[in-house]
Amino acid sequence: MSPHKKLMTDNSGAVSGTFSDFTTRSHSAKPATASAVLLHRSMQVLFVVIIMLSALMLIPDLAWSSDAVSEVAAEIADEVGQNKPTLKPAPTMGPGDYRQIGSMSSRSFVWVIAQLHLFLAAFVLAVPLFVTVIEWIGVKTGDQRYDDMAHEFMKVSMTAYSLTALFGGTLAFSLFLLYPTFMGYMMEVFGNQVMVYALLFFLESGVLYLYYYSWYALRYGNKKYVHLTLGVLLNGVGTTLLFVANAWATFMMAPSGVDDAGVVTGGIWDIIRGPLWNPLNLHRFVANIAFGGAIVGAYAGYKMLSARTMAQRAHYDWMGYTSNFIAVLAFLPLPFAGYWLMAEIYAYSQQMGITAMGGILAWLFIVQAVLIGTILLAANYYLWNGMSRCDGSQRYTWLIKYIAGTLVVSFLIWVTPHTLILSAKEIATLGGSHHPLLGPLGIMPAKNIAVNLMLMGTFLSFQLYRRSDKVITVPWAGFGNALMVAIYVVAIANIIFLGVYYGYFTNTVYKVGSSVAQVMSTLIVIVSGVVIDSMMFKGAKTLPVKWGQISNRGVYALFALPIAFTWLMALMGYVRSSVRTHWHVYTVMKDNSVDNFIPNIGHAGNMMTIATISFLAIVLFIFWVASLGDTKQPKPER
Amino acid sequence: MTNTATTNNQAHSVRDADFISPPGKIPVIAKVLSFMILVVLVFTGIANLLPQVEGQAPKDVKVDLGALTMDSYIAMGEALFKGKGTCTLCHNNLGRAPDILVLNMEDTAAERLSSDDYKGESKDSESYFLESMIAPSKYVVPGYGKEGDPSPMPTIDKAPIGLTKIEMGAIIAFLQAKDGGEPTVALPTDAPVIEEKSINAEPPKPAANAEEVLTKNGCTACHAVLESPATLGPDLRNIGARSSREEIRESIINPAAVIAEGYPPIMPATFADSMMVKELEMLVDFLAASKGDASQAEDSSPAEGSPQTQPSNETEKKGE
Repeated sequence: MSPHKKLMTDNSGAVSGTFSDFTTRSHSAKPATASAVLLHRSMQVLFVVIIMLSALMLIPDLAWSSDAVSEVAAEIADEVGQNKPTLKPAPTMGPGDYRQIGSMSSRSFVWVIAQLHLFLAAFVLAVPLFVTVIEWIGVKTGDQRYDDMAHEFMKVSMTAYSLTALFGGTLAFSLFLLYPTFMGYMMEVFGNQVMVYALLFFLESGVLYLYYYSWYALRYGNKKYVHLTLGVLLNGVGTTLLFVANAWATFMMAPSGVDDAGVVTGGIWDIIRGPLWNPLNLHRFVANIAFGGAIVGAYAGYKMLSARTMAQRAHYDWMGYTSNFIAVLAFLPLPFAGYWLMAEIYAYSQQMGITAMGGILAWLFIVQAVLIGTILLAANYYLWNGMSRCDGSQRYTWLIKYIAGTLVVSFLIWVTPHTLILSAKEIATLGGSHHPLLGPLGIMPAKNIAVNLMLMGTFLSFQLYRRSDKVITVPWAGFGNALMVAIYVVAIANIIFLGVYYGYFTNTVYKVGSSVAQVMSTLIVIVSGVVIDSMMFKGAKTLPVKWGQISNRGVYALFALPIAFTWLMALMGYVRSSVRTHWHVYTVMKDNSVDNFIPNIGHAGNMMTIATISFLAIVLFIFWVASLGDTKQPKPER
Repeated sequence: MTNTATTNNQAHSVRDADFISPPGKIPVIAKVLSFMILVVLVFTGIANLLPQVEGQAPKDVKVDLGALTMDSYIAMGEALFKGKGTCTLCHNNLGRAPDILVLNMEDTAAERLSSDDYKGESKDSESYFLESMIAPSKYVVPGYGKEGDPSPMPTIDKAPIGLTKIEMGAIIAFLQAKDGGEPTVALPTDAPVIEEKSINAEPPKPAANAEEVLTKNGCTACHAVLESPATLGPDLRNIGARSSREEIRESIINPAAVIAEGYPPIMPATFADSMMVKELEMLVDFLAASKGDASQAEDSSPAEGSPQTQPSNETEKKGE
């Protein structure tokens, strides 16, 4: 029997073997080490692809004005859409054109249903993305643990899939029932494109079932590649579904292909390809991966805490680590994708941008800072705890207190508000509307410094974790380390200098421009860190890693992450919708319902909590059902 | 070698403990759920602790044109500037656009019109202000916007702002009058006027008396009045002995017009928008009647130890 098969899960997914088998094999078996390296490399490739995709999309002329791409896309779109513009303007609605279910607020009802649908959809679209990558790693390394883990992830996702469809259907019915005129206009604009969405959904379902249920039928040899191809196809269809649905949301925010009155003047491709479509596509694509990783991380964490054998504990510790790795890696470029989205919002309408960032919604970003701070602190805390799996980590533990200090200070700067809404008494106590010392920390330059340092700190934790189980043997190790330190020092100095000098001593134009250079500094650290480490790890001696040794307290970080991610998604949904202010379709179709105001952050927070706790209940149901599939009642003796 | 030995020992000790003792009395699911709900509640609590502001949609309300005076037209312009027009989103002290409320706009318009950089078609401040609103890219103030790009300022008569001609006229009147200039814009006579008002606002109820007005608007936080001994702003217990009704009214609706020497300029400039006419009149009546006694009149300078300790000229004059 191959050493790998000792600890293989069987077809039902149950883990067999012992912790010591697991530990020993993880320590010494070369293929296992190679597979871990391959996992890291694959994720690095995925990360670099995301970065490159971001960079490519940041150059609009290169990314989307390519004649060939545009023409083909336009042809396909026009085939399925309407080429002939209609001449109907967007309808004007009065309060009587809206319906209600009893005394329930229509907006609140749709809010929760839409949010639950989006949570589930994000999860089921994300999981196959990294599952396919993990499955491929299993094929390349021959280590079936990856294959089993990928299958287990899919098992969790399958239950969520049907629930996604159910909530999607409920959402569609709710919108047509409660907002019939608005939905009529949207159907007028998008026409046959919605049927493409329906068709894609059928395709997605078919490929998903085929992918999941053929897992063991297409497990070895060339058949495995057929299975992998199904995975790629599944992700292609899923991503297209996401992009199609995004077009509806971005049309409502920044309509294109229509005139000032809402009359359709262009083809379906003009309508889809609004100024915010690509930024939102990228942002949601990356965010979904981070979100999906966090959810399955919680699954692994729960299974680990409930484990009854050390082997199970080791297995789920490894699964939790992998999930966290996926979540954090996808999370790191997310602020840059968000930055691009926000820049495009400003370019489309400065008024909309300021409403989001500096107007009535500005307070929301304090909550966002708390959430992202929670994510980064939890992710770092998990990594620091995880370093206890390997004795080699003792070389780096002295650095943790400095990273922790940087994270905490940066976090506090990030949550420092700028413009305070104060009572006269508070103004009197403060001696003005801005605090003399803390006031300067409330503006974006200070926050840009803080965010970049937090991201860099998180990457450093990651780097240290990866180095914990290795003894670098390349002859130029000293030079490599010195180079890495120099890159960090220069980047940190650059970020602080740019933030302070251009943020406080020049005008707004330079302030905004300098933040791009700050982001580039962080990206350079991350990319060069990945590249230098990959080169330095060649031929490195591997130290033992004891899976399952992480403290239970550390595992709780795996529960903080999905909660913060879920709440953050709800929060960003609130701001994305709210920037439309009192418009169903910005500048084209007014919202004249009783709910056409931007709710305050407290009310919005309560709605997000309702959605998050409902989602939590659904996820627990999903986990339970997934576990139920493995439970077999013993045959009665008589 | 050392590493290998350590590994083997660990492997042995681990094998002995292959089975984990069951978790404590509290089931894992309960612990995990409690933790997650606690985290959610922390986020919810923070969201509820922040200032709660709703973004109300503007509502169209017809105004009686026959009763419209230039003063009310200017006031309407100011309300539009700070409200429906959303001008203050950018035109503030944060540097995104010129701070119109601070600049003398009549002088500024004259300066820009005479500049060599100006390529627009306006000849006077009225047409310049209108041009800035309906064709903002005609002239971008140096230092703002980006070279080669149109102005980031939205076109004010188009959606989403969509001000009418009469509303823009009101803003022009406000810009011309705010620094003491004479509005040249004509009062509208033949078209309905739209004014911003919250769609969801309850019909406002005025305060019952002047004391309630003082409390409702937080005056007691800075001023010595009623039972308050506050010293951050001038003593109001004797204000009637020092200022006329007109001066009192002006200091409420336009506190920046005259800053009592020795006091910080921190009085909110929002009372013109937030206070109802009936409340303003009750308050002016009350304050005008607050003549205090001689000792209070002599003791109306900032308190020792307060941010400013210089006596105001006004106080010195009254004390003479």
